[in-house]
Amino acid sequence: MISRRDFLQTSMAAAALYGTSGFGNWARLAAQQSLTQDKLLEFDTFGNVSLIHITDIHAQLKPIYFREPEINIGVGGNKGVVPHVTGADFRKLYGIDDGSPSAYALSYNDFSALAKAYGRVGGLDRVATVVKSIRAARPDALLLDGGDTWHGSYTCYQTQGQDMVNVMNALKPDAMTFHWEFTLGSERVNEIVEGLPFAALGQNIFDAEWNEPSDLFPPYKFYESGGVKVAVIGQAFPYMPIANPGWMFPEYSFGIRDEHMQEMVNEVRAQGAELVVCLSHNGFDVDKQMAGRVTGIDVILSGHTHDALPEPVIVGDTIIVASGSNGKFVSRIDLDVRNGKMLGFRHKLIPIFSDVITPDADMAALIDEQRAPYESELSEVIGRTGDAQTLYRRGNFNGTWDDLICDALISEREADIAMSPGVRWGPSILPGQDITREDIWNVTSMTYGEAYRNEMTGEFLHVVLEDVADNLFNPDPYYQQGGDMVRVGGLGYRIDVTKPQGSRITEMTLLKTGEAIDPSKTYQVAGWASVNEDTEGPKIWDVVESHIAKQGTISLDPNNSVKVVGV
Amino acid sequence: MELTRRNAIIMGAGAFLVAGLPLRVSAAGEDAINAFTGGAEVGAGDLKLTAPEIAENGNTVPIEVSSEGAVEILVLAMGNPTPGVAKFKFGPLAASRYASTRIRLAGTQDVVAIAKLEDGSFVRASSMVKVTIGGCGG
Repeated sequence: MISRRDFLQTSMAAAALYGTSGFGNWARLAAQQSLTQDKLLEFDTFGNVSLIHITDIHAQLKPIYFREPEINIGVGGNKGVVPHVTGADFRKLYGIDDGSPSAYALSYNDFSALAKAYGRVGGLDRVATVVKSIRAARPDALLLDGGDTWHGSYTCYQTQGQDMVNVMNALKPDAMTFHWEFTLGSERVNEIVEGLPFAALGQNIFDAEWNEPSDLFPPYKFYESGGVKVAVIGQAFPYMPIANPGWMFPEYSFGIRDEHMQEMVNEVRAQGAELVVCLSHNGFDVDKQMAGRVTGIDVILSGHTHDALPEPVIVGDTIIVASGSNGKFVSRIDLDVRNGKMLGFRHKLIPIFSDVITPDADMAALIDEQRAPYESELSEVIGRTGDAQTLYRRGNFNGTWDDLICDALISEREADIAMSPGVRWGPSILPGQDITREDIWNVTSMTYGEAYRNEMTGEFLHVVLEDVADNLFNPDPYYQQGGDMVRVGGLGYRIDVTKPQGSRITEMTLLKTGEAIDPSKTYQVAGWASVNEDTEGPKIWDVVESHIAKQGTISLDPNNSVKVVGV
Repeated sequence: MELTRRNAIIMGAGAFLVAGLPLRVSAAGEDAINAFTGGAEVGAGDLKLTAPEIAENGNTVPIEVSSEGAVEILVLAMGNPTPGVAKFKFGPLAASRYASTRIRLAGTQDVVAIAKLEDGSFVRASSMVKVTIGGCGG
């Protein structure tokens, strides 16, 4: 029987493209308990071009804990294939030993125990060390930031993204694309982008009024690297005005626009591009579909859905690299490009184990400088997790952080039902750990954090759940938005992911009475992160802080209120 | 901020805009196609319809149609109460047979274009446009 790894190499040989991934290397070293910085960064420089990819940092300047998802359901053609493989299946797929650092970095099992053994991940001072080391081996390596960089923390909110801009500028990326950045409002985004010392790319960032490419965001930029003419094409998050408040950036329109992408690829090839790289914030399944429709892209650096993959996924002649989130990983991709053709690659997903990689001193100082004015607010302890309580978010349905936020909404706002957005950012908290104000902001910070309280009928609640479920489980990735299911509190339901929109959600139950939700009855619903203008209410971080302060120690009941079928 | 009970339970404005389930195709759309084609068979081919997969604003959805050899292109929003959107006519001297406009969609539905070609035959293209409340992007 042919193994998956053989098959991967066979299919690459058939495509006249050969590649290796350095993943197996660090996985084995880890098993030997000999993880060192040198070994983590060990890489036989290959070919003539190096790419460095980091994405979805969500303003995490400092090392954090980040638990990978337990539930990540693929539908249609993506059922059961990466990135929709988790836990033991994921470890088996990539030959990862249980309990190894790679198991800790890439799967969710025994998370809190492994986190105590292997420590925090990420930190842009560690990332700086990794980037410098790659640049030492390959001085003209291209550093590409996939976006979701200027969002997601207390300091980022208070400085309107300036802390991240200062730190990233010091890291010297060559190009960037965008998503949450736009929630700073178009005026602020324009102001920052006009002063950026690197390219702000987005072939799908259009002027909304004329439906024409915008002037501020060029579709692509050329680079000379290792004697190769490289074109980097940007692809911003396609559904910005739908998934986030469009009224904050009304001048811009987005969309996948794969016909325009094809035109851009043809245009750069006609201008002599020997290597075409797409720096994308599409999300993984959308990138896979796009790779099958648009021809001539050699490498897609994929962001948005926060997947961390130890090997590229190959679609036709395109390799797709996914580099995780929250500063937890950096990917290095070396390419052999000759006569305008990518002949081979060597790839390594580098986990940023913060206790193993030495922080870059200059970057550490710069980060501390950004945080210094806010240090006393950031570090204030609001509560603590119980001895068996981990707080995490990532996964298709409620994580424990979401349960806590929903509890806060219900109790602080006297609601029957709570709704919390299915975003994929937000670090984790270990059992018995202090919860600081910074931790609360890390999972709630945004420019539209008002916590609303509304009356909704049972019928309307059903429409909302069906609508969001279709944004996640529509079998065609182009109709997905890349978030997870809206989190609910006080409400139970059954979801059949295989059904069409309108019939996925059944058995909706009001948990406090155990009664079925009545379509014609009105319920008090509290939530946050509405995309509508003029949403009123206190800020969600104040609601959550008030709730945690009252609780003192957080111990949540297990949440079994969502029944998932059709997986 | 200090959370008082009064402002904790006050009703806020706007959480979700109403968006419905995919709309059913009305008979009016099929009737309009039959009236245009005279019941002739409709194939596929020389007609391109470009529309977003998900509408950023259902009230103004940009669409484009183009065809090398069309003399007329009919555009229909099959789920709207009144499906007819536009009929574009191209004379023999038309430099390019291309049109773009913005249309209003009542909900998730198929947008259909039918082109009458110079030889009198008909071709069809369609695109599903989703109208959603959104709001939970990762």
